[in-house]
Formats: sequence, structure tokens, C-alpha cells
Amino acid sequence: MQLISDRSKLVSNKKMSFWEKVYLPAVLNGMRITFSHLFRKKATIRYPETKREFAEIYRGQHVLKRDEEGRERCTACGLCAVACPAEAITMIADERKPGEENLYREEKYASVYEINMLRCIFCGLCEEACPKEAIFLTKRIVASDYERDGFIYGKDKLLEPLDREKRIDVSKRETKEVLEFKKDKSKKHNS
Amino acid sequence: MGIFILYKTILASCILMLSLLVAMYSTLIERKIAGFLQDRLGPDRAGPWGLFQPLADGIKLFFKEEFMPNTADKFLYILGPSLTMLIALLTSAAIPWGSNLVINGKEYPLQVADINIGILYIFAIVSIGVYGIMIGGWASNNKYALLGAVRASSQMISYELAMSLAIIAVVMMTGSLSLKDIVQQQHGFNWNVWYQPAAFLIFLVCAFAECNRSPFDLPECETELVGGYHTEYSSMKLGFYLFAEYINMFISAAVMATLFFGGYNFPFMDKLALSPNTMATIGFFVLFSKITILGFVFMWVRWTLPRFRYDQLMRLGWKALIPLAILNIVITGIVILVK
Repeated sequence: MQLISDRSKLVSNKKMSFWEKVYLPAVLNGMRITFSHLFRKKATIRYPETKREFAEIYRGQHVLKRDEEGRERCTACGLCAVACPAEAITMIADERKPGEENLYREEKYASVYEINMLRCIFCGLCEEACPKEAIFLTKRIVASDYERDGFIYGKDKLLEPLDREKRIDVSKRETKEVLEFKKDKSKKHNS
Repeated sequence: MGIFILYKTILASCILMLSLLVAMYSTLIERKIAGFLQDRLGPDRAGPWGLFQPLADGIKLFFKEEFMPNTADKFLYILGPSLTMLIALLTSAAIPWGSNLVINGKEYPLQVADINIGILYIFAIVSIGVYGIMIGGWASNNKYALLGAVRASSQMISYELAMSLAIIAVVMMTGSLSLKDIVQQQHGFNWNVWYQPAAFLIFLVCAFAECNRSPFDLPECETELVGGYHTEYSSMKLGFYLFAEYINMFISAAVMATLFFGGYNFPFMDKLALSPNTMATIGFFVLFSKITILGFVFMWVRWTLPRFRYDQLMRLGWKALIPLAILNIVITGIVILVK
């Protein structure tokens, strides 16, 4: 028979030998194995007290960035929603009124911007699609909730705080290489 | 006479409390060991190292909804878990927990009842234990419960035979059915397990089956029978069943330690030349550590071996363990005769 890989094992129905029939050697061997696990390093951690180290470029909960002057960068172009393979992003665009120049960077903005965190697969394609550097994934993790409604994150949860001290650092995901890569139109996957 | 009764009452309640406490913390230790063997941490949320977990479990069980199926036989339904619990607690009476205490020149044995048929008493009580499960399974009026109960009773009856036969060899050696005599003959390091390893092995396997523990946990296998005989039980009635299992485990570890590992005896005990009271205290702790080790073996085996199939279980019981036990009796008999 032609075997596809060298990992397959042929099944045999051979009669058990005496020691196999007695079970005890196999039982003792099994107990030896489990006993060795007793002292092994545990795979789990005491979660809220100790936390696992996250990569700097971890793809967790999204943030809607503001620019230097605290204005929202998002212009509600909808490219992120189009790029999203899980169709988790919805938005309603609105026109900037006179006097709101300190709130929104451009004439159009998203009055409603929602990401359904239950649908989101944290692939980062929204971030890649965004031409305004407005949406980023951060290394925060999405908190659990008892209700499904609680997982639809609006601007209240996504937008970063106005306070300059509390801004969310995304420089690790915004490296020069990434920016260069984004400029190269030939590498665009959704063109 | 009054002091005697008072002493026995105090001793009995102490042992009762001890059994309950040990059973309570066995649940936590079991889960901890399960965690460690599977490279997990185990429960550690309730209190430091999860020490309050048994309390939390107990409170949870008390506050759960008391559910009784419409078609259940009310009297038997309540009798089942009560009987199981009662019988689990009865066995500890015959076990010698230490050598004699001496207070004001009078000897007080650390044993509730030194009956001359100790082993027989324990086996009699353990055999009644199957009624608790059988009644519970029958009264639930549920096919899973009934199947679990039928399995439990046939399993327990089959393994009781091999268990008793294994003990007969020990009794032949000792020449007494009293547990106190059996322990005293194992003075020092002269333990029965050195003379009767086969009997010990058979007894151990049967003890697993008697306590309905893995790999012989067929009566309550979650995967096939949705919990087996206690499918329809909830709240503290379920708690009683689960609790009784741990008490049974504790008691069978104690019986094993008494019969095969010298009970409260330990090596070089004569050379210490201590007062009888200190001796009794040390003896108690020695017995308790033996029980702990055996209890660990129970848990260790549970988290190592997969469940037996029912026909394999019956084949092992009737075709392997019983003939082996009989052979063991014959060989013991010949050796005693030759000596």
C-alpha cells in the first residue's frame, strides 16, 4: 500500500501477550507517567493575579485614534467595514457642522461606529484597510459579559480618551515598515 | 460504667467528625491532584490555596433546588442517600485508630468497638451499602438511574466475593477476625503486605470497585449513564451520595492500612521507649499518614486509567480475581501446614 506520510501506523490485531493481559505493567507505566506530571510546570496561571505576557503587536480590542490635536481621525469611509471578513463593523456617516472643527479632522465623520466583538476575529484587516490611520488593534483584551448586547462596542468604548496622558500607544503596530507596506498599492489584497 | 459510655461517645463523635472532615477535604484534594496530574493548578479561588472550596461546595449543595421526580417513590427516594451515608459512617467503628491510651492507670482503647468479628462486621456493613445505591436508583424511576443501580449492585456483589476471599488468606495467617488482633500481630515492621502481596493487590483492586471509583466507576459513569444511580438527585441528597463515596474511600484506605500495612504500627517502635499516651498519639498519626498515602493512590489511579468496559469488569472480577484469591488461599494454607 502506498503511504502518503511516514507517520501513519499500521493497525495490528495481534493477540495480547501474558504481561499485556495482566494489565499491571501497563497500569504501573501509566501511573509513572501521571506521577511525573505532578511536579511539572503548570500550563495554567492564576489569571487575574498573574497575567500572560502579551506581544507588543498583539491583536486585541480596537481603538479609534485621535490626531495630535485630539480630533477624530475616522472619516467614515467604510473601507474597514468592507475589508472586514466577519462583517463585524457598522457605521453611520455624518457631516461636520461648522464649529466642530476641533472634534473631527475632516468634513465627514462617523456619528455611529460599532464593532460587534462576538463577530470580530481580530484579523487586523480593518487596520490594514484604513487610509486615515484611524483604527488600530491594541493589546487590551475584550472583557467578558453576560449579555450579547454588551459585546457591541460603540464609540464610547472604542474611541481613545481625549486626555493626552491617557492616549493609547499603537506605535508598535504603526511601525515604519507597516506604513511603507501600506503605501505599496501593488501589495493591496482588496484592490 | 458511666465514664466508659462517656468515653465511647466522645470517641465515636470524634471519629464521625474526622470522617466527615476528611471526606470534605478529600473532594478538594481530589480536584487538586486531578489538576496537578493534568498540568493544571486546580481550584484555588476560595480562600488561600482553595482551602474554603469544600465549604463553598457544601453551601452550594444546600442552596440548590430540592428536586424530586413526580413518579419517584418518595420514601425510598429519601431513604437511598440516607442509607448510603449511614452505612459509610458505620464502618469506622471497628477500626483501631491507635494503641491504648492510659488515663489514671486505666486503659482506654482508641477503637469504638473491639468486636471479635471485626472484619466480618466491616464486610457485612459494606455489603449493605449496595442497598443505598440500589434503592436510590430504583426510586428515581429513571432508566439511567436504574441501569446505574443494576450495574452498581452486580459490580459490588462480584467484587465483594474476591475481596472477602483475599481477606481469608490474611485471617488464616492471623488466626483472628478481630481487627485489634490483626494489627497487634503486625507489630513493628512485620506487616501483612510482606507475606500477602497478592491478597493486598486483589483487595486494592476490589476496593476500587467497591467504592465505585475509576477505573471501575461504571455505576455513575457520566458519559454513558448521565450520572448513573444519582441522575435524578439534586441538592444535599446528591451531596450525600457524593460525600458517602469519599467516606467510603477514606474507610477502605483505613481498612487496607489496618489489614496490610500494620495499622498504627511503625518500624522501630519498641526502641523509642515512650509513654503509652505518646505512643498512641504517634500511632494515630502514623495510621493517618498511611491512610493519606493510600487515599492518594486511589486518586492517582482515578486520574490515570480509563474506565473498564462492563464485560471486561465482570471478566476481571469472576475469571481473574476470584481464582487468584482462591489460589492465594490454597498456597497460604499449604505454607501454614508445612510450618
